[in-house]
Amino acid sequence: MPKVVLSSGSSLQALTGGQTEFEVEATTFRRLVLELERRFPGLGKQVEEGMAVAIDGEIYQDAYGAELRPGSEIVLIPKIGGG
Amino acid sequence: MNYIDSGLKVVGTRPIRPDGVDKVTGRAVFAADTRVAGMLWGKILRSPHAHARIVKIDTSKAEALPGVKSVCTAADFPDIPSEEAFVGEGPMNFRDLSLNIMARGKALYEGHAVAAVAATTPAIAGEALGLIDVQYEVLPFVIDVEDAMKDGAPILHDDMFTQGADPKPTKPSNIAKVVKFKKGDANAGFKDAEVIVEGRYTTKPVHQGYIEPHACLASYNADGQVNIHASSQGHFMIRAYTAKLLGIDMASIRVNPAEIGGGFGGKTLIYLEPVAVVLSRKAGKPVKIQMTREEVFRGSGPTSGAAIEVKIGAKKDGTIVAAQQVLKFQAGAFPGSPIGPGCMCGFALYDIPNVDVLGYDVVSNRPKVAAYRAPGAPITSFAVESLLDELADKLGIDPLALREKNAAKNDTKTHYGPTHQNIGFEAVLAATRSHPHWKTPVKPGQGRGLACGFWFNIGGESTATVHVNEDGSVTVATGSPDIGGSRASMGMMVAEVLGVDISRVRTTVADTASIGFTHLTGGSRVTFATGMAATQAAEKVRDDLKKRAAQIWEIPVDAVEWKDGKAYPAGSNAGAFEPLDLEAIALKAARTGGPINAEVSVNAQGAGAGFGAHICDVSVDKETGHVTIERYTAVQDVGKAIHPSYVEGQIQGGAAQGIGWALNEEYIYNDKGQLENPGFLDYRCPVASDVPMIEAVLVEVPNPRHPFGVRGVGEVPIVPPMAAIANAIRDAAGVRMPDLPMSPPRLRAALDQAG
Amino acid sequence: MAKQYVLTTINGETTEFLCETQQTMLDVLRDVVGLTGSKEGCASGDCGACSILVDGRLVCSCLMLGVEAEGKTITTVEGIAEGEKLHPVQQKFLEHAALQCGFCTPGFIVAAKALLDENPNPTETEARYWLAGNLCRCTGYDKIIRAVMDAAAEMRGETAR
Repeated sequence: MPKVVLSSGSSLQALTGGQTEFEVEATTFRRLVLELERRFPGLGKQVEEGMAVAIDGEIYQDAYGAELRPGSEIVLIPKIGGG
Repeated sequence: MNYIDSGLKVVGTRPIRPDGVDKVTGRAVFAADTRVAGMLWGKILRSPHAHARIVKIDTSKAEALPGVKSVCTAADFPDIPSEEAFVGEGPMNFRDLSLNIMARGKALYEGHAVAAVAATTPAIAGEALGLIDVQYEVLPFVIDVEDAMKDGAPILHDDMFTQGADPKPTKPSNIAKVVKFKKGDANAGFKDAEVIVEGRYTTKPVHQGYIEPHACLASYNADGQVNIHASSQGHFMIRAYTAKLLGIDMASIRVNPAEIGGGFGGKTLIYLEPVAVVLSRKAGKPVKIQMTREEVFRGSGPTSGAAIEVKIGAKKDGTIVAAQQVLKFQAGAFPGSPIGPGCMCGFALYDIPNVDVLGYDVVSNRPKVAAYRAPGAPITSFAVESLLDELADKLGIDPLALREKNAAKNDTKTHYGPTHQNIGFEAVLAATRSHPHWKTPVKPGQGRGLACGFWFNIGGESTATVHVNEDGSVTVATGSPDIGGSRASMGMMVAEVLGVDISRVRTTVADTASIGFTHLTGGSRVTFATGMAATQAAEKVRDDLKKRAAQIWEIPVDAVEWKDGKAYPAGSNAGAFEPLDLEAIALKAARTGGPINAEVSVNAQGAGAGFGAHICDVSVDKETGHVTIERYTAVQDVGKAIHPSYVEGQIQGGAAQGIGWALNEEYIYNDKGQLENPGFLDYRCPVASDVPMIEAVLVEVPNPRHPFGVRGVGEVPIVPPMAAIANAIRDAAGVRMPDLPMSPPRLRAALDQAG
Repeated sequence: MAKQYVLTTINGETTEFLCETQQTMLDVLRDVVGLTGSKEGCASGDCGACSILVDGRLVCSCLMLGVEAEGKTITTVEGIAEGEKLHPVQQKFLEHAALQCGFCTPGFIVAAKALLDENPNPTETEARYWLAGNLCRCTGYDKIIRAVMDAAAEMRGETAR
């Protein structure tokens, strides 16, 4: 099952009760977000709006359709901008 | 299609940019250069207090002044609800953005806008400001980041409770947010270390320093349609935020991108446009507002000042086994400092098994920070790269060797999660080691410093259109404001794909009604993402041109090949046809299906991260504390330099800003929290006599995710300079300067103390 | 307050305008005469974006009153090229990519022309100190100085460096 890691603990940890790593059944990133929202209300929304994601090492700023393999590692990091 | 390995004819050359003649003759139109009939001049009244409750605003005398056509305060703006977002290039709340452009209830910094007027002349507008009577209840203020975190500090927002704090806080605080990043076990790592170094560093807030002040011309027409002509890094952003802040429908707003006189991140959000629109609506006339230089300093967003503590543990052979960092960043009056990247970028360059980073986003009574070129990274790298120099010294290892030993490579996992892919840090270090600057012994009386830097670079949404005109010339339009010469690169990539001479291609920046959505110009994204859209559009056009040739020759389309700007029959079986160039095909466009063009929108992923290494030689005048930069070399992995001159330009410009940040730039406040140096005389940016030639070394490790191998380049070069200079000063004068700027009085004091 | 009538020469053309006494030459150029090539970067004489030549002398137009133009010969960036023929300084700026956003460029063009009018063979140091009154935030000055030195060489009849 794809594994989700909350990189920046902080405000997200508050929603997951301190957990920073968990496994989530999902085949696309979109489904993963829905599943996160179901399990930890508020988390899915935060992820969608304020975070970027690295799937198997690669950073995506917008990742709805990104496919997840059974062993994928998904790391949630703060959205990155620039100047 | 990937062009990286094919023989490139246009990409990599140095043609003159299409907008160049306009810029050297003064013809180019920047936001403040436009005038329209009936135009009014807008001016903004700003709080003289660092922190105050706004008790009452009486605008009646101003409204009565002949020549004044409208006056506005927060009462004229919708009181929008709180909404977290990623605004411009950083986290912010839309309600905060609204309060930032026009104070509601409280003035949170000296310079905070509290009212505005529009009048027939600038002089009358200025006089009207003086007639607005604002009653303030002055409150205690706090500016320094650590002072703002202390118990008992004046609180800016009664409803701010620290996010991410555990247990959940019950008292309001100036700490908006706490963020943490962990990899491995730092405590165990430090126990394993044979050498440990620690340091505490501080930086002052600095301004992006664009020479062009913010300016816009807005007209709210009788039918509710709004036209805005503004200088910004993103006209779609202006449209979206103006719509959001004023409750106007986006389709009713059209934003024209003026030429922009510098941004560096500071123009990725709005200050003036909604105010100009409101004034225009109330007056029934177009309104122009331009900030004065003083207003730019008092009222627009600089980057954070910060306090950073770093600890690094290593083995005697230089292998880093543990690293820890605590960062406290000023956010200004509203939350949203670049604390995230600040926590991520310092150690991103190195392969460290155990890392622990803690970051605080702290509000205080100064302008809301805005993005500034690789936001957060220069600050964190100043600390980390200075401490690595100390570590190298303690270990007796050459500082470059220390970087080489610990350099991140492909498949190195960062401490914030993602794994580096397709990066060029090792190539950068190798190029540094073999560079004549590194190989030349340091001159007597001088010192040398080395520092490295990293930035993620982003991709995102961009739209480009490519049209073949009836005469076979090509027009390229994109939605990306050109802040550094990107128009040239867009045209070059299209010319390359189509196989035509660059002189046949014109590039323009289209307004919000004329092209598809494009994310703003920042994050080192335009050559990457907009270039990707332009390349794909050119490919579609090339395919269309082949189809038209096939029709003209009445042969199957796969019997046509495209080479050097012409359609050829593929092989003698296809037919003995004379090749057709763009002009020949365009002549028959109507008969073969109509106009030849393509528009492509992308949400570009796969932006390649950038790495840089800077070598700096300085001499220190021990009597005055003045530092002279004697020689400067900036090595950077640029992916593929589409137009090498503009890539070099980005590197040189970023390095120069870093030099200013290192040696002189800072905000100086008096005891009332008011800015004492809101001008270029005393806010001292580098001038031509302050810097030598800056050698930019372009290392090209192509990014395989872009058809031309492009990697963003604009932000990395501002990351290494501060530590490179601090390390050079240490080498030259024997003193470690942990506090920025390393200005003459500070260096003198440090030299005196060292004895 | 009644406006003042001023008769002057701008970029070779006899020009007359009405302005208020307190208006700076920069304001007059931009808002009255319609020459917006000179830019306001600071309005306090610190950035040089408003540079013009007054009787051949390099001046920040924000530090001069419009009424002071009476009887003088003013050159702005718009008067540096001769019709379609760019001045060598302008041409070299383009060739060396000595501009990025282009906002400081008008001031630099005028200042560089003034330098070369006075000193046709400046050293790099002399060029840097002469141009220290012009702020650029984009380029780090490297390509600007190269362009000016190259323009000087060309104007002296030497081959380009």
